[in-house]
Amino acid sequence: MPTVTVREALNQALDEEMARDRRVFIIGEEVGHYNGPYKVTQGLLAKYGEDRVLDTPIAEEGFAGIGIGAALVGLRPVVEFMTWNFSLVALDQIVNNAAKIRYMSGGQFELPIVFRGPQGAGGALAAQHSQIFENYYAYVPGLKVVAGGTAKDMKGLLKAAIRDDDPVIFLESEKMYNLSGEIPEGEYLIPIGKADVKKEGTDLTLIAWGLTLTYALQAAHEMEKEKISVEVVDPRTLRPLDLSTILASVAKTHRVLIVQEAWPIASFGEHIAYLIQKEAFDELDAPVEILSSEDVPMPYAFPLEELVLPNVAKIQAHIRHMLS
Amino acid sequence: MPSVKIKKLLVFYEQMLLIRRFEEAAAKAYALGKIKGFCHLYIGQEAVAVGAMGALEKQDYVVSTYRDHGHALARGLSARECMAELYGKVTGCSKGLGGSMHFFDRARHFMGGHGIVGGHIPIACGIAFGSRYKRERAVTLCFMGDGAVNIGGFHEGLTFAALWNLPVVFIVENNLYSMGTPLYRHLPLEDISVKGKSYGMHSVRVETYDVWEFHEVVREAVNRARSQNEPTLIEAVTYRYRGHSMSDPAKYRPPSELERKKELDAIELCAKTLLEEGIPTTELEEIQKKVKEIVDDAVAFAESSDFPPVSLLHQYTYVNP
Ligand SMILES: Cc1ncc(C[n+]2csc(CCOP(=O)(O)OP(=O)(O)O)c2C)c(N)n1
Ligand SMILES: [Mg+2]
Repeated sequence: MPTVTVREALNQALDEEMARDRRVFIIGEEVGHYNGPYKVTQGLLAKYGEDRVLDTPIAEEGFAGIGIGAALVGLRPVVEFMTWNFSLVALDQIVNNAAKIRYMSGGQFELPIVFRGPQGAGGALAAQHSQIFENYYAYVPGLKVVAGGTAKDMKGLLKAAIRDDDPVIFLESEKMYNLSGEIPEGEYLIPIGKADVKKEGTDLTLIAWGLTLTYALQAAHEMEKEKISVEVVDPRTLRPLDLSTILASVAKTHRVLIVQEAWPIASFGEHIAYLIQKEAFDELDAPVEILSSEDVPMPYAFPLEELVLPNVAKIQAHIRHMLS
Repeated sequence: MPSVKIKKLLVFYEQMLLIRRFEEAAAKAYALGKIKGFCHLYIGQEAVAVGAMGALEKQDYVVSTYRDHGHALARGLSARECMAELYGKVTGCSKGLGGSMHFFDRARHFMGGHGIVGGHIPIACGIAFGSRYKRERAVTLCFMGDGAVNIGGFHEGLTFAALWNLPVVFIVENNLYSMGTPLYRHLPLEDISVKGKSYGMHSVRVETYDVWEFHEVVREAVNRARSQNEPTLIEAVTYRYRGHSMSDPAKYRPPSELERKKELDAIELCAKTLLEEGIPTTELEEIQKKVKEIVDDAVAFAESSDFPPVSLLHQYTYVNP
């Protein structure tokens, strides 16, 4: 199996879907001539031309709307936000239009559009550029929210998202782009709405997605040295959520720690915790716990930023605490 | 005795040189990993910040973008507190919590470096509104890049400024690029100043590397805002010598463009003017020496300062938690 970075995996997904379907096009800031602010769209302009890889002015509300309009007439846009922080300028388009038009029209339209880009902390980018938005979007009926955590999953999920007939919020992280992993030879899809048990274990279930999945897996492997067996469940998509895979794991370990880069309050982790206690109350030996970022805007000072974010050591400490 | 103009021009020369040397020192510290994250240098655009700030009074306000080092220094923030902010130190102008893109100084009415393109433009209008409401006779200067004139915040901000006669001056620093995108690929116009006119405000395009010439244009606009509450948009055609940020190698520029622009360098032009006006070379050398000392001192200060204590982490989320 070939080993690629997450960046390359995403690039392959875009490339393959563009080759397969002429309705797919890419739109966003610096996606073409600059080959992508984070080089995810590298080479695609050269291959598919300016009709299908479109550089935009800084006008997120405008180009999100362009994507939605184009989707209404049957195209399959992939809209890149340079980072999700800038999607706030386009929030009205995404929430009021992309998520609503199918419903409001009594089902007359499909909106096969993907909004994608990195979210979260990139490293010393300070408060306006280091935010998680998965819960903003997962809150909205009409949107699907995908947050893969490995090169293999990211590729298959992005291809599935592009082929999906509903609007998909596809979340990446700047810190993930250089992570590498094996991917299958040839074409494959990863279905939206299907969780994956990334590591089997018996003492505790770690639930993590996106960037924190890498930390969770590392922590889980480290814990084996201490004879603690951790199972790692990766939901991969937040909406729709594959609750049954999560519940099956809870029935096995009876203890759950959710790890998220988000702030704690009103976060997606809290939603999962709610669902677990509601559906598997009798299976739990302890309250479901959540390890989040500190509840503050991101400080620039890098030693403080480190304190804010979840990391492997924090996860290990939390696991020890839960099992002591 | 040098004239008032020459005295002021000497100050402008010093300020422009300070920005240039400060930014060069920042680039060096960045390469050493002492400064991290996004860092957007102002090298090449010095005449805009310095000429503009020279037209302001103490009570006036300044609103800036993520490319804010030059604006802050020209407004009078010390090189020490600016460099310390880049280093993420508690002695910085935002206590190390803001970093390169978020310089603030309430005392000097420096109302922020803002990271979301266009988001600060309505805020500048709100500051102008508030200062007029309080009868402060203050003018608000709002800086932005050429890339900001396509986003909603720009258009909504200009609408309010013109409709409500706000004492605000918008300065669009047209450095010909919005990140890697040259102007002609993000704007269906060559002349950005027509946008101001279309909202019914005074609007002018200035293409000069003469800091004094630019200063005069801003002074006229600031006076008009102060005395008649009339907004102005000034398009300042300029050029950045470095990439968009420290991580951008700027490979998108046509060959020799940078070299040609450097021949128009505002700092060199200013030095030439001063020499022609009879200022001795030694006086300029004194200034160069002084600037070097200020920057060296700022770096040493940043190096020896502490990072913010952990107690600051939660201190400023709310006034009353
Ligand atoms: C709403 C928004 N979209 C995208 C960005 C990312 N971004 C930061 S600066 C920039 C280019 C801005 O160019 P310009 O306005 O010309 O200013 P300059 O950097 O040249 O000073 C972009 C795309 C952002 N900060 N905010
Ligand atoms: Mg620009």
